[in-house]
Amino acid sequence: MDFAAIFKAAFALVVGLDPGFLAIVGLSLRVTLTAVLIAGLIGLPLGAALALARFPGRSVVIVCLNALMGLPPVVAGLFVFLLLSRSGPLGPLGLLFTPTAMIAAQVILVLPIVIALTRQTVEDLWSEYRDHLRSVGLEGMRAIPTLLFDGRFALATALLAGFGRASAEVGAVLIVGGNIAGYTRTMTTTITLETSKGDLPLALGLGLVLIALTLAINAVAFGASRIGARYAG
Amino acid sequence: MRDVTSILPLSLESISFLGEGRRLVDAVSLVVPAGGVTVLLGPNGAGKSLMLRLCHGLLTPSEGHVHWAASATGRAKRHAMVFQKPIMLRRSVEANIDHALAAAGVARMERRERAQAALRRFGLSERARQPARLLSGGEQQRLAIARAWSLRPELLFLDEPTSQLDPAATWQIEELLTGLVAEGITVLMSTHDLGQAKRLADRVLFLHRGRLVEDSLAAYFFAEPQTIEARAFLAGELLW
Repeated sequence: MDFAAIFKAAFALVVGLDPGFLAIVGLSLRVTLTAVLIAGLIGLPLGAALALARFPGRSVVIVCLNALMGLPPVVAGLFVFLLLSRSGPLGPLGLLFTPTAMIAAQVILVLPIVIALTRQTVEDLWSEYRDHLRSVGLEGMRAIPTLLFDGRFALATALLAGFGRASAEVGAVLIVGGNIAGYTRTMTTTITLETSKGDLPLALGLGLVLIALTLAINAVAFGASRIGARYAG
Repeated sequence: MRDVTSILPLSLESISFLGEGRRLVDAVSLVVPAGGVTVLLGPNGAGKSLMLRLCHGLLTPSEGHVHWAASATGRAKRHAMVFQKPIMLRRSVEANIDHALAAAGVARMERRERAQAALRRFGLSERARQPARLLSGGEQQRLAIARAWSLRPELLFLDEPTSQLDPAATWQIEELLTGLVAEGITVLMSTHDLGQAKRLADRVLFLHRGRLVEDSLAAYFFAEPQTIEARAFLAGELLW
């Protein structure tokens, strides 16, 4: 197959809304969006609490979280694999090689990003708002809802950064998902497999979708920061 | 239900505040009764801002006591504070007021009425839906005062409220403060603007290096300052 033919076949897959193709895209989005949602529900309040709390060892926690932002996906995958494997502590749940396991692995990848960026955003806001919030009686953890709401545009960017990392990674979902056709096969794992098999149109078609997704994320992030700047003055 | 017992007078019993190994506020005792404008005057670093924060409860005195005539802590504490640089939440003008009322435990329906009343009272109704941080400096300070006013304080603390404003905006804020005093709100404010102190003050508390050096009626203070420090300050010779 020559280069032009590969591109043509890839476009046909994307535009033709091939069911098998759509199933792969759909699973990828479901896994990643669920992971980001869970990481947000846990990470936003936790990051805000970390921004306001003062305890011994706080700096160590912050450095570790910042370091975890760069955790290699394969290591996160290996960690979840060990937890869920037959002889592991959570083995009896029978979750290995399921979409749930993939979600768990991606939560581990996204959570440090959400917590670390939330911590930074909320800490900056708190130093600006502290006098007023304490004046109206919002001390300590009672200030968190206000700070999360007022940091909403920066925090949206944090969630998008998490989404970007999770949608692009291949190592974690491959290890804990197993790349089972029609069940745990995502865009990135399919690209890996099909490229080595030689089915380039499918790999390229999925690659195009991933690129479009990345573009969309960045457009939304850009829009969020623009709107945020309007409100922030 | 609103407690009818006044929180005033406010009494400070020999309060000190230590920071960086120094006495930033040094054994200050005074009483603030209801009514009028009391101005904390003094050069930079005299402890004016610290005094206001200690009174309002943002800081706890290292020694001594801040005593109110009735309970003035918790959610509805009936004293409010306006800061030098207006702290505007990243929300609309009206939402800024609503937020403060919600923090004070006011129910949703009443919040809306009180926020609207505050916007009208301070001429901000047309700005209600605009992002607060896009207002001009003078309007932001006006909103900060409206927000504090909506909490129905008996005593309003203001920390150099016009030091970042141009003369026209300064004049507007001074007019507003005069109106608040006419409503029966007691004002305790700091300034390093002598003209402003002369225009507004009923009573002057002159601070120097954390100590209360002079406490007298404004007319006396400006006509016949009793201490060397106050005389030097009025002559523009005392810089810190």
